[in-house]
Amino acid sequence: MSLIEVENLVVRYPVARGIVGTLARRPRRTVHAVDGVSFSLRPGEILALVGESGCGKTTTAQTLLRLVEPEAGSIRFEGRDVTQLSVRELRPLRRRMQLIYQDPYESLDPRLRVRQTVEEPLVVHRAGGSREERARRVREALERVELVPAELFLDRYPHELSGGQRQRVAIAASLVLEPRLLVADEPVSMLDVSVRAGILRLLDGLRDGGLGILMITHDLSTAAHFSDRIAVMYLGRIVEEGPASEVVRNPQHPYTRALLSVVPKRDPRDRMRPQILRGEPPDAVRIPSGCRFHPRCPLAIDACRAQDPPLESPAAVTNGQHVAACILA
Amino acid sequence: MSLLEARELNVWFDLEGGGTLHAVQGVSFALEEGERLGLVGESGCGKTTTALALLGLLPSSAEVAGEVRFHGEDVLAGGEESVRPHRWTDVAMVFQGAMNSFNPVRTVESQIVEALELHAVAEGAVARARAGKLLESVGIPADRARRFPHEFSGGMRQRAAIAMALACEPSVLVADEPTTALDVMVQAQILELLDGLCRDFGLALVLVTHDLPVVAQLCDRAAVMYAGEIVEEGPMERLYHSPRHPYTRLLFAATPDLADDGAPVASIPGAPPRLDRPLVGCPFRPRCDRAFGRCAEERPLLRRVDGSRAACHLNDVPA
Amino acid sequence: MSVVLQEPVLQEAPIRSRRGIVLETIRRRPSAAIGATLLVLVLLGAVLAPVLAPYDLHKQVGPVFGHPSWSHPLGLDDGGIDMVTLLMWGARISLVVGFAATLVSMLIGGTVGVAAGYFGGKTDTILMRITDYFLVIPDVPLMIIVAAIWGPSLFHIVIVIGILLWTSTARVIRAQVKSVRERVYVKRAQAIGAGHARIVLRHVLPQVAPLLIANTVLTIAVAIFDETALSFLGLGDPSRISLGKVIENAFQRAAISTGAWWAIVPPGALVALIILSCSLIGQALEDALNPRLRVAHLSARRFRLRPLVGRGSEAL
Repeated sequence: MSLIEVENLVVRYPVARGIVGTLARRPRRTVHAVDGVSFSLRPGEILALVGESGCGKTTTAQTLLRLVEPEAGSIRFEGRDVTQLSVRELRPLRRRMQLIYQDPYESLDPRLRVRQTVEEPLVVHRAGGSREERARRVREALERVELVPAELFLDRYPHELSGGQRQRVAIAASLVLEPRLLVADEPVSMLDVSVRAGILRLLDGLRDGGLGILMITHDLSTAAHFSDRIAVMYLGRIVEEGPASEVVRNPQHPYTRALLSVVPKRDPRDRMRPQILRGEPPDAVRIPSGCRFHPRCPLAIDACRAQDPPLESPAAVTNGQHVAACILA
Repeated sequence: MSLLEARELNVWFDLEGGGTLHAVQGVSFALEEGERLGLVGESGCGKTTTALALLGLLPSSAEVAGEVRFHGEDVLAGGEESVRPHRWTDVAMVFQGAMNSFNPVRTVESQIVEALELHAVAEGAVARARAGKLLESVGIPADRARRFPHEFSGGMRQRAAIAMALACEPSVLVADEPTTALDVMVQAQILELLDGLCRDFGLALVLVTHDLPVVAQLCDRAAVMYAGEIVEEGPMERLYHSPRHPYTRLLFAATPDLADDGAPVASIPGAPPRLDRPLVGCPFRPRCDRAFGRCAEERPLLRRVDGSRAACHLNDVPA
Repeated sequence: MSVVLQEPVLQEAPIRSRRGIVLETIRRRPSAAIGATLLVLVLLGAVLAPVLAPYDLHKQVGPVFGHPSWSHPLGLDDGGIDMVTLLMWGARISLVVGFAATLVSMLIGGTVGVAAGYFGGKTDTILMRITDYFLVIPDVPLMIIVAAIWGPSLFHIVIVIGILLWTSTARVIRAQVKSVRERVYVKRAQAIGAGHARIVLRHVLPQVAPLLIANTVLTIAVAIFDETALSFLGLGDPSRISLGKVIENAFQRAAISTGAWWAIVPPGALVALIILSCSLIGQALEDALNPRLRVAHLSARRFRLRPLVGRGSEAL
């Protein structure tokens, strides 16, 4: 059974018109941040949501935890539709879904010691029993994130820790409630290269208990290495999705192909054949007609302006696990 | 005689509450005309401070020793007075986060014009015309030039920042993390732009970044910095295929690549040493996977090894 | 291989605790140190008035407006009472009113500021409108009305001043709370499921407290000034003697035409001194707490040159 099943999720924001706009009766514009996104995540699986800024990946992640309200669509978490729950009903669910933030330097309260930060979720949810019980769980969480010996870290303040250590503390704080789903928003992009693999391997190891991880990232190489499946987003939609190695080796959507081609190569001898798209993705207020990628697509034909391709298995792929939204695929 | 040369550059910062931080420790390198040098390292290694020192842009809490020679002339020798004539006209910089440092209430074009007028390159209508041309050369059409910064996307603002740096036709461009905050596609556009500009204007480039693949793509040579000093320097290919310092090797190993076939990505345990205390032995020793006795006692010097320079005792050990 | 992480990295400037920042600012900045010293002296004099005052407050010890002499360094007032004694007792009342009014103002202003900054939206708009209305109330007319209707008393003065002053505190606190609210760790606490009370008490207030203290100190200065002004205008509590009352009395009893400067200048100077010392401390605290007020970085960058001695990392 899926841990999470998202179907046709739609999230829109109104663009503020301001006084002048309201008086002049300018038409209301909306940002189509997420425009019909569907995917699922199984326990023990890592799904990477990849895309450039403005593609809707962060909004999708925030909507999963109902930090943002969706306009339409459903999010089933362990079978229950979360979008319909009241704030009170959501509270116990918050324990099972946790979020890891991008900035380890900002995500810890500078005035709290590590012990207090990791303990806080237990206190908030009145979980963990007695004080000794809680202390034990805090220590266990620290050990799980490899901050050992735990005693060395319990009484430290965030400013005494490196970026990698802070991120581990943040992960520990999210593990202490034993969640089923972890949403990691760019978990290593603000860390030094030499510590990234350590954190990512840590996340990888957490899956053993059935924890599902949704990883938001703009870094394709990271996604390729550390996730099971990749979903590529563009302008609020998923344009390609499949097993990580498949998507990277055999991309079916022109956007994915272009993205992969411009990732700088590590080996100076590797010849690069970058397909640099011109301009930048249009803002999510004016979504192009038909296929939303057609204005920038190197392969676009007339039909692309009219047809909005669904996400389905391309002809070249047989296993049904790999889908792309392109009529030419 | 090289175009730009740093010789035994040292920078100390006064710390609040006493003590000094030895941020740059004896950095030396040379840059020839039209050459592209990458200055690579992780946070705290001193690369940005080195770059700022090249333009004499360090605050009063900094003490500098060593030389920065432009066409053989030591520009640091007279302090601010001797650096200023060279700043922007000979060596210009695109700062980290430059795309966010535009004045929000003035148009982009007017800010380029301001740079031109400040350095007495041109004035009035001539300046505006030049600004327009500069912006076009970085891919910003004339009609967009007269908009305000907030109307520009991140990538376009970065282009404008590059245009601003090129205003006085310098021979050296120093770019500090020019693509770090940008999406991969925009990054490709900016790198392509830098590549083209360097070729078209014969610019020499010092690219300061933590992103190894970016340096691999754009630069001919690179200097890898760790704990304030250069630990290895040489042609890009050599750095990747036959590194002479464990940190260089591990840094590449810690960088994932799409072409990897599931090979594990390395991580380097530990953290860089504190620079406010004197160090004994090799600064990388605590994290090195091949350290031996001598590494704890003697600090390795940067020496020539097979066409590169590296600071590692392993290079002295007979094969 | 399990990653064994070494001891924690570079000790950056330690986060100073609330009390720490106050003490450290006083230690570091001369203006704060001077202000603190003066204030402490005045406080000592006021608090220990019953013990230290050289003469009895109500006993006439000489002629009306007696000249300063060795036994009466500041002379005598219009009732023949020793000025030094008067000042000490007067300072007591002035300070009491100042602190009490500030407390009222802090409580109201702090609550409004936190609520407006934290909840935002409609709450913010409504609270800020209310703040604006209070902002424009003129102090003297209000006091006159209160005195006329409910009679002038210390309690009323405290309330009135408190009502007049809470608005600036509210605004300052609101701005700070708004910015803290956007910090990632606050959002994380929300995502974990923490309730409003917990977030405000545990995460927001500690960040706001130092600024609140700075603001409080400055408010004390204003409160004392307001009290002095009101008393001088005869709106103060007639049964208590504050410094403003001392000045008023002297004024009423023609001290100026008599040339008895010692009856007017010293109390005025003392009020000014108290206000000055509070201002010095408050400003120094604000400077220390608000990095944007600092302008040192705007000065020309002028690095210092040093002759090179030694090579590589050994260079000195």
